[in-house]
Amino acid sequence: MCTAATEVRWRTKFGLRARPPHTRQRAMKSAVLVFPGINRERDMARALRLCAGSEPAMVWHTETSLPDGTDLVVLPGGFSYGDYLRCGAIAARAPIMDAVRAFAANGGLVLGICNGFQILCESGLLPGVLMRNAGLKFICKDAYIRVERADTPFTSGYTTGQVIRVPVAHGEGNYMADSETIARLEGERRILFRYTAPDGALSPEWNMNGSIYAIAGILNERGNVLGMMPHPENHVEPEIGLTDGRGLFAGLGHWLDGAH
Amino acid sequence: MKARVTVTLKSGVLDPQGKAIEGALKALGIEGVASVRQGKVFDVEIPGTDRRTAEAALSEAAERLLANTVIEDYRVEFV
Repeated sequence: MCTAATEVRWRTKFGLRARPPHTRQRAMKSAVLVFPGINRERDMARALRLCAGSEPAMVWHTETSLPDGTDLVVLPGGFSYGDYLRCGAIAARAPIMDAVRAFAANGGLVLGICNGFQILCESGLLPGVLMRNAGLKFICKDAYIRVERADTPFTSGYTTGQVIRVPVAHGEGNYMADSETIARLEGERRILFRYTAPDGALSPEWNMNGSIYAIAGILNERGNVLGMMPHPENHVEPEIGLTDGRGLFAGLGHWLDGAH
Repeated sequence: MKARVTVTLKSGVLDPQGKAIEGALKALGIEGVASVRQGKVFDVEIPGTDRRTAEAALSEAAERLLANTVIEDYRVEFV
């Protein structure tokens, strides 16, 4: 696939709609979960439409099943239930989450971004917890994150060690887990993204929320559930200036093509 | 029956909010405070008078929702 930079040039020259026809055997079927207080579901739907070539189903939290043939379930960012009790705590107990648990247990791909990551941790689909940022401030700016491995469904559009620039917007992104869990995440190569400097170097200064091991995103044991704090869905259009987020969605499509 | 569920961070878990409150107390000149940890209190009303049933319900409530047992401990008491 073309790199983000060449794609920016290509898209700038030919416009957003002048995209080569999608060559997938079957368009990826994704479902975006909608909880009260979520606010990134439309950004997510737009990114999926642009990068994966299909319109996602929007699934309300009181549903008890996912649409037939769903390939990918996305839990978008926002402030479900106003972050009452703990971020993501109430949404994690919504009726639809039993269907998501069954879907994940069956090998289905699940992606949680920001509040979606918090919901996945609260629901037990991912280990650990996202605590208040170490500096206590809500952080809204671009982050540099390093792709730790490219051999996963979520990162096949990137290369290992690649640094991508994507925005963060959160007050509780400080990842924490007990030392045994952290050792397992590290040992099983389940830390998928880390906050780094633009050149990929780890440094406390660039680990903006104080996460242990600069963790920005982790996989579950089986590798089919990803939670991450940054928002790749917001860097997918050249008009915004950066398209580093495209790789995640385009990569998912390519990976599913190979799997089907 | 009335009960109170108190949820606190486990010892060793960093509590930036508690630290900020601690700093503000120092700024106010309040002496004799070594450290502050922040927690949550839930006052719950329970129908009936069977304490064992109530205790079981409250423990389940704390385990499944009120506390995140990865980082928090809870305590149930009747008031």
